[in-house]
Amino acid sequence: MTALISGTALHHAYGPTPALRGVDIEIGAGEVVAVTGPSGCGKSTLLHCLAGILKVDAGEVRYRDQDIALWSEAARSRLRRTDFGMLFQFGQLVPELTAGENVALPLLLGGAPRKQARATAASWLERFGVAELADKLPGTLSGGQQQRVAVARAMVTEPQVLFADEPTGALDALAGERVLTAIVGVARERGMAVVLVTHDSQIAAYADREVALRDGVVDASGLGLRMSA
Amino acid sequence: MSTSHVLLGLLAHGPRHGYDLKRAHDDRLPQAKPLAFGQVYATLGRLERDGLVEQSGQEREGGPDRTSYALTDTGRERLDEWLAAVEPPAPYVTSTLFAKVVVGLLAAGVEAASGYLVAQRAAHSTRLRELTAIKTDAQATVGDVIAADYAITHLDADLRWMQTTLQRVSELNREVNP
Ligand SMILES: Nc1ncnc2c1ncn2[C@@H]1O[C@H](COP(=O)(O)OP(=O)(O)OP(=O)(O)O)[C@@H](O)[C@H]1O
Ligand SMILES: [Mg+2]
Repeated sequence: MTALISGTALHHAYGPTPALRGVDIEIGAGEVVAVTGPSGCGKSTLLHCLAGILKVDAGEVRYRDQDIALWSEAARSRLRRTDFGMLFQFGQLVPELTAGENVALPLLLGGAPRKQARATAASWLERFGVAELADKLPGTLSGGQQQRVAVARAMVTEPQVLFADEPTGALDALAGERVLTAIVGVARERGMAVVLVTHDSQIAAYADREVALRDGVVDASGLGLRMSA
Repeated sequence: MSTSHVLLGLLAHGPRHGYDLKRAHDDRLPQAKPLAFGQVYATLGRLERDGLVEQSGQEREGGPDRTSYALTDTGRERLDEWLAAVEPPAPYVTSTLFAKVVVGLLAAGVEAASGYLVAQRAAHSTRLRELTAIKTDAQATVGDVIAADYAITHLDADLRWMQTTLQRVSELNREVNP
């Protein structure tokens, strides 16, 4: 497998607190990988380093064979806009914009014409079963509805890699299942890679394989080495 | 699980013959261990002896036994009793997983017990992923989904138990091998 995105010997510390102490990870195009491990083991830090939001102290982050850890902040943020999608536990929608405007936003920021952005946004809302919410403000939606809007927003630019940090953490089991099924469905259909951070085995089971972290390193005792069937 | 009660239930909508019962069982309880024909006929024989089902007809198509069976009134009563009876929630902690950890510590030591837990955890995760794939398949029926959900939830409970037990193996060892 040639990796689409990989981290090699990644180190990151917050001041004196080491969070990553030499993590190696590879994700192929279209692969869904769960990053698991106990609270505080470095999952979110790893996700932010791979996505270029955090700078690594040492190690390489390669995306399409380029060491993006060396890039400027501006270049990394451009890459995030064009190639990456981000999804967090709580939707983080812009409260003043309607659901439809929220989803269209990444396209507008990328320079798409207004009409086209709206149409594309509508089709993604439809895909995640929330088409009828397009004109509502986030504050008037349930947590599960907001999260589905946020998923649509993360997908609207058709990213090569979706980074999702506990995307269903705030949802009940059924709502979470719908969101995950939709994400994995889109990943399979379009060959989008997904990095799915979770501490929940049931959620990790949606992935092709699992990388377990412990204390800032990959935990090789069973889980981390296991490949999909 | 009580095969005889399940068969009584499958007869509730009208008479059926053995082959039909086996198929209905395997369809309605997907992911269960498929019923063997021998088991179906043996169970029907016992139910008939006890007056819970009776032969209701015979259809001959070439050779195979096509005796159909119907639920009797006593059979219906027995079925309703079973359906309404609350099962004792985990009256005994009997699990091969649990026994292996304790006996493993007694007979083979901490490393063997931990090694077993790590390997078992990997096997459980693999099965969890298979079942998740089954339930998210576009062709999955609601029956498939709830069968998979049942197994997924139990595997997840086992996984949590294994995770915490891994962290307690040394402590348990001091208790088991003082
Ligand atoms: N902004 C921060 N400032 C200082 N320390 C931090 C910061 N963010 C994380 N840490 C520390 O870095 C380590 C790894 O944190 P991280 O958030 O990556 O863990 P996590 O695996 O995502 O945990 P959780 O499952 O609880 O979200 C922890 O020790 C944490 O306390
Ligand atoms: Mg986190």
